[in-house]
Amino acid sequence: MEHDSPTSYARRVAIDPITRVEGHGKITLLLDDNNHIREARLHIVEFRGFEKFIQGRPYWEVPFFVQRLCGICPVSHHLAAAKAVDQLVGVEQLTPTALKLRRLLHFGQTLQSHALHFFHLSSPDLLFGFGSNLAERNIVGVLEKYPEVALQGVKLRKYGQQIIMAIAGKRIHGAATVPGGMNKPLTIAERDALLVDIQDVLAWSSEAVALNEHIHTGHPEHYGFATLRTNFLSMTGSGGELELYHGGLRARTAGGESIIDQFDYRGYRDILREEVRPWSYMKFPYLLALGKEQGWYRVGPLARVNNCDAIPTPLAETARQRFREFGKGGFVHDTLAYHWARMIEALHCAESINELLHDPDIIGADLVAPHGEKRRVGIGVIEAPRGTLFHHYQIDAQGLIEKANLIVSTTSNNQAMNESVRSVANEYIDGNEITEGLLNHLEVAVRAYDPCLSCATHALGKMPLQVELLAADGALVDRLTKGVSGEITRSV
Amino acid sequence: MRAEPKRDTAIPNTITIDGQEIPFSIGQTIMDAALAAGVYIPHLCHRPGLTPHGSCKLCTVSIEGRNVASHTADRRIQASSSVEIDSRSVSACTMPAMAGQQIRNNTPALNEVRKTITQMLFIEGNHLCPSCEKTGDCTLQAVAYHLGMLDGHFPQLSPRREVDASHGSVVLDRDRCILCELCVRASREVDGKNVFAISGRGIDAHLIVNSASGKLADSDLETGDMAAHICPVGAILIKEHGYEVPIGRRTFDLHRVSEIGLEPVILAKVRHTDE
Ligand code: SF4
Ligand code: FES
Repeated sequence: MEHDSPTSYARRVAIDPITRVEGHGKITLLLDDNNHIREARLHIVEFRGFEKFIQGRPYWEVPFFVQRLCGICPVSHHLAAAKAVDQLVGVEQLTPTALKLRRLLHFGQTLQSHALHFFHLSSPDLLFGFGSNLAERNIVGVLEKYPEVALQGVKLRKYGQQIIMAIAGKRIHGAATVPGGMNKPLTIAERDALLVDIQDVLAWSSEAVALNEHIHTGHPEHYGFATLRTNFLSMTGSGGELELYHGGLRARTAGGESIIDQFDYRGYRDILREEVRPWSYMKFPYLLALGKEQGWYRVGPLARVNNCDAIPTPLAETARQRFREFGKGGFVHDTLAYHWARMIEALHCAESINELLHDPDIIGADLVAPHGEKRRVGIGVIEAPRGTLFHHYQIDAQGLIEKANLIVSTTSNNQAMNESVRSVANEYIDGNEITEGLLNHLEVAVRAYDPCLSCATHALGKMPLQVELLAADGALVDRLTKGVSGEITRSV
Repeated sequence: MRAEPKRDTAIPNTITIDGQEIPFSIGQTIMDAALAAGVYIPHLCHRPGLTPHGSCKLCTVSIEGRNVASHTADRRIQASSSVEIDSRSVSACTMPAMAGQQIRNNTPALNEVRKTITQMLFIEGNHLCPSCEKTGDCTLQAVAYHLGMLDGHFPQLSPRREVDASHGSVVLDRDRCILCELCVRASREVDGKNVFAISGRGIDAHLIVNSASGKLADSDLETGDMAAHICPVGAILIKEHGYEVPIGRRTFDLHRVSEIGLEPVILAKVRHTDE
């Protein structure tokens, strides 16, 4: 891994920006004298100042406050913060109904986020090919050529949102949790309304898995694209199974050896460190045991499906075994296999939702556990759609936030995204010229990770992008810009 | 009530609001008469039972007629906001009702002025509705919806004033205070205390606590006081509560802000109980 070494001898290729919204990005490619890309830097302006901003706010507001962090997965932040707040009020164990409602909410959120990512953002690339005509390579193109696929995506997303609506009262920025529980039971009518479509949702999710398996296994050129051999970090349940709401941390090396397992996430500071690099607002977390150079890791669907020993729902488990076979029993490191793993998880969400809706506890009325002794520190961790999400709060005696630390999934994947970008850039850079092909391929590589920064503009299939080629002395050699409507302009 | 002056006996005690004739009794303000007749005049700093304060200006109405003297400066403002010039703008909550007043209330021009006032109240504080416990129960938010406000229009001032969480059960977030003085008056007139006051002028005006340390903990505010519950926004809240009442069940999910007599409902909601 190469980073942070002096750059005086390197020319710089700057790609700017991967749009604002949840954050905005820019990629700088640092060339060495042989036109080889020595280092890639994906700049993301994200969560800047948030931890400061929340200082002095009352702790019970935090689960609502943090929803503003992200327009795509506010529920994940809401739940991670709620888990931290449970600890602050001394609640170790939620009531069965509250726990199941939170899990249902989380499955709904993950299902809709995964559906959005595949069908709206990535399916155009995957169905038409990365290099295909831009005019066709968007959700409208998918709607025309693969109408059933596009419609299934829309409906899966809507179903996930329907769950969020029923539990949190609104599709985004709802309110579901209270310290130690939930604020509203699921009514029988709401449950029955959700049961209406669940069989379709199961069928659509199964088809989405099959489609993604087919796309990945059928394109050998996808295997090595942006691919890295990395460590993986995720939560697993107590039996090592896939678990998205609550479990212990598991980290494994690229070869599958255990680094940590069943680790209580409240001790995350003992195993993770966050490196600050002067050129980025985002930190670079690494596993302490392996050190700065070797300790970076990937999170998210690929990490989770690789890391777990099983998936506790039958259809997703069968899909996982096929995924495993593709990896010949070892980890699948293909970056584009994120998409496949993501759909396996979507299927798991659909199956889990079905189970929960048939569980009598889900319509229970016992929503809040009695509060115990107040604590000054709360650490909530959840497997968000994009990966492990850490919320850590320390409060003063009056209940105001003194300190907050968040590690969001995109931050954990930071180094990996840089490395994937570097690998793709090396493959597609053409001398001193930034080509449109390079731009497109970089987009595809970053998008596989589903980083937060890719949200809204991607949803429209529009990703403004600027590439700058700078000489070692900083002089501009070439600049390529792709505007929001896909028009390319070169300016030097 | 005072005895009616003799010369008035011939004139019926009515005023007209937007063409609707409304009876009043001597001593009532235009707001009192309107509310009694079920006519909504947007307001934030007014609450029946407390001395009118006339500070938010949301209740601005115009009175027509030859004899309505108005200061030239007022006329200039009226002209620039395209409010009728042949009229006088007054605060309905402080202006006594007088027989024969021809009053305009629910007009596009007046509502536009009210919307601008509401926008200014929003940008002067930190009103981040999605993360505020008061969302859905907040009168400022409800009035904004009522007036069709879609954005803050003006640049955000994003103040950072002191949060006072020293009290065992009440928290004061000054960044949300709209200086309506409802808490000030409730404390004096209902609770028989004197917990709050406004200090400073103009943009520096802020709510202070009348205690030796200036902290709520050292005041005699108690959870049961009306002053602890009356805040129309999320500036004074009961501590360690948040979102017990689900979205969809909050005051303005179930009621319109223009509904008359909502005050008891709003007060009950701040005790975190569903209707
Ligand atoms: S704290 Fe609330 S009630 Fe008191 S003046 Fe401010 S906005 Fe009005
Ligand atoms: S309600 Fe009349 S000025 Fe505020």
